[in-house]
Parts: sequence; C-alpha cells; structure tokens
Amino acid sequence: MTEPHPPGAHSNDDGHRSAHVAHHFDSPKQQYDAAKLGMWIFLMTEVLFFGGLFCAYAVFRANHPEIFVDGHHFLDKPLGAANTVVLIFSSLTIALAVRAAQLGRRRELVGLLGITLLCGLAFLGVKAVEYKHKWDHQMVPGQARIAHWFSRETAPEPRKEFRPDETYVREHLAAEGFEKLSQAEYAKRAEHLGTFMGVYFSLTALHALHVIAGLGVISWILVGAIRGRFGSRYFTPVDLVGLYWHLVDMIWIFLFPLLYLIH
Amino acid sequence: MTPSSTPDSHDCAETPLAHVVEVRVLLAVFAALIALTAVTVAVSYFDFGPFNLIVAVSVATIKAALVALWFMHLRYDSGLHAVVFLIGVAFLGLFLVIAMLDSIQYNPNVQTWEQRK
Repeated sequence: MTEPHPPGAHSNDDGHRSAHVAHHFDSPKQQYDAAKLGMWIFLMTEVLFFGGLFCAYAVFRANHPEIFVDGHHFLDKPLGAANTVVLIFSSLTIALAVRAAQLGRRRELVGLLGITLLCGLAFLGVKAVEYKHKWDHQMVPGQARIAHWFSRETAPEPRKEFRPDETYVREHLAAEGFEKLSQAEYAKRAEHLGTFMGVYFSLTALHALHVIAGLGVISWILVGAIRGRFGSRYFTPVDLVGLYWHLVDMIWIFLFPLLYLIH
Repeated sequence: MTPSSTPDSHDCAETPLAHVVEVRVLLAVFAALIALTAVTVAVSYFDFGPFNLIVAVSVATIKAALVALWFMHLRYDSGLHAVVFLIGVAFLGLFLVIAMLDSIQYNPNVQTWEQRK
C-alpha cells in the first residue's frame, strides 16, 4: 500500500518516515532540536530557581561573614568532597550512557544508567548521614517544632529559637574562641548559627530534591533502555535526562566550596 | 574523526541527529574535574584573605564550564543553546548584583538598629 506524502512531511535521511516523529515535525532532526532547545530553556529557569537561594547566601555572607566562618565548622569536608566525586563520576557515566544510546548499544546503556542511579543513591545516603548528624545535635532550624508536629502531641507549641546542643557547639568552635565566651555572648553567636544552617539546609535540600527527581527520570529511561526503546535514531529522552543530571551536578559543584570550604 | 572510519567502527560516529563525543574526551574532562576538586579542597587550607571566595568561585566556574561544554555537548551544539543558558546566567548575575547593592547600601542602618536593640 503506497501512501502519498502530505506536503511538508519530508522523509528522513534513510528515505522513510521514522516512527518516532510526531506529525507536527518535518524531520527527526527538527523534532530532536526542538526538544533540546526546550530542555535548555528549562535548565535556564532552574538556574534562576536556585539563584534566589544563592542570592540569600550572598546577602547573608556579605553582611555577616563571621556567621559563615563559624557555621562551616559543622560541615564535614571529607563527606562533602566524597559526594562531589560521586556526583562528578555519575555525570561521566550518564555522558557515556548518552553515547551508548546514540550508538545503539543497549547493554552498555543499561549498565551505565544503573551505575548513575547507584551513584545518585550513594549521594543521598551520604546526605542523609550528614542531616542525621545535624538533627542529633539540634542543629536544624525549627527542629523543635518539626519534632512536635511529627509527635502529634497535644502539648503546647515549643519554642521557636534556634538552640543547638551547647557542648557540641563549644567543642566544634574552639578554634573560633568559643571556650572563652560568656553565656550571653555564646547565646548570641549560637543563635546566629541558625542563619547559616537555614541557608545550608534550604540550598542542599532543594538540591537533594533535584537529585531525587533525577533518580526518578533516570529510572524511567532505564526501563526504556531495557525495553530497547533507544537507538541512533531516537535517543532524545536519554540526552535530555543527561542534561538535567549534569545541571544537578553543576549546582553541587558550586554548593560544595561555598558551604563546606569556607575559610 | 577520520574520513576513513567505516560504518562498523562506531567509535567516532555521528548520528544523523547529533555529534557523538569520544570516550577519551569524556574521560579527560572527568579527570580534569577530579583534579580541580582536589585543587579547590587543597586551597581551602590556605588563607588568601578576601581572595578565598574569588578562588573558590573561579575554580567552580571552570568546572561548570567543563561540564557544560563537553558533558552537556554545548561545544558541539547549535550556539542557540549556549545563548539560552548564558541569558539565564546573565540574569542571575544581574539579580545578585542589584540585591547586593541594595543590601550593602542599607547595612549601616541595620548595624545601628542592631546595636540599639
């Protein structure tokens, strides 16, 4: 059965219309380019989305650098560095996965996406260890109220102030002269740590949410890869998820020195 | 990419849709990123005074550029993608600068208010 091509429906390089091309696109190339441009516009909005929190960071740090110097002592440099390496490695594996998809290597694609997924999980695991540590020493802003909310007790609302574990704070800030501080001076500086922790938790939690979303979409293309949906003519989803994952990596590349490596 | 590459040797292939980045390029970018991570951790143990932040952000920017140019294919793509992304970065810069100008302008007032409290 021969069907005349409607005007505008060009054939692709191989002389026949690909099954992947939606009717409103002329060619696979045009469809791919449109999808990719759309993804880049989305990534631009993501930069601006994180920008608000980076701006909060900049304003607080410019006005109160001492809070950031105090605060960074509570973040674990080796864990942060390890997470940076894990995320950069996962960026490599997903870049290789895009390549494997382009070349139609299904087994390689599945394996590389699996490794990327494991790296993302490892990143979240390390983050969870770090968060747990902060929680155990009352370093989470609004912690008393969060705990109250989850306990479902009818007791009156607890205090709002940020009041971390005193021995823990004095111990960690010995280098900043916390041992000699009077009770009043200590209370003031410890309360200000809440500002740093607020910036730390909002930036890293928003980033972690992006990692979770990334794991979701990677799982989705992993299923597609196992079913053999991707090849040299159609790899757009793998490519776009790769771009998203690289952006998540890129944001962490800034967060790591800005939060963990303050001098 | 050599003109003699046969359709069977997939290592330097071009799909009809996009450029395929060679494995050695991706590995080199990965190695550079790890090296720069080591650099940024190492320099954090030295005090450059007001340059600490500049050094940290510069190294991070180089790393981000490596990711964008090679891992995200910007180097091989239509320039439009880079323009779109850089517009976002430019507006972020504008946002940061204007917010900082305002914040620095009013900081003395805030300091006075805090001392009176």
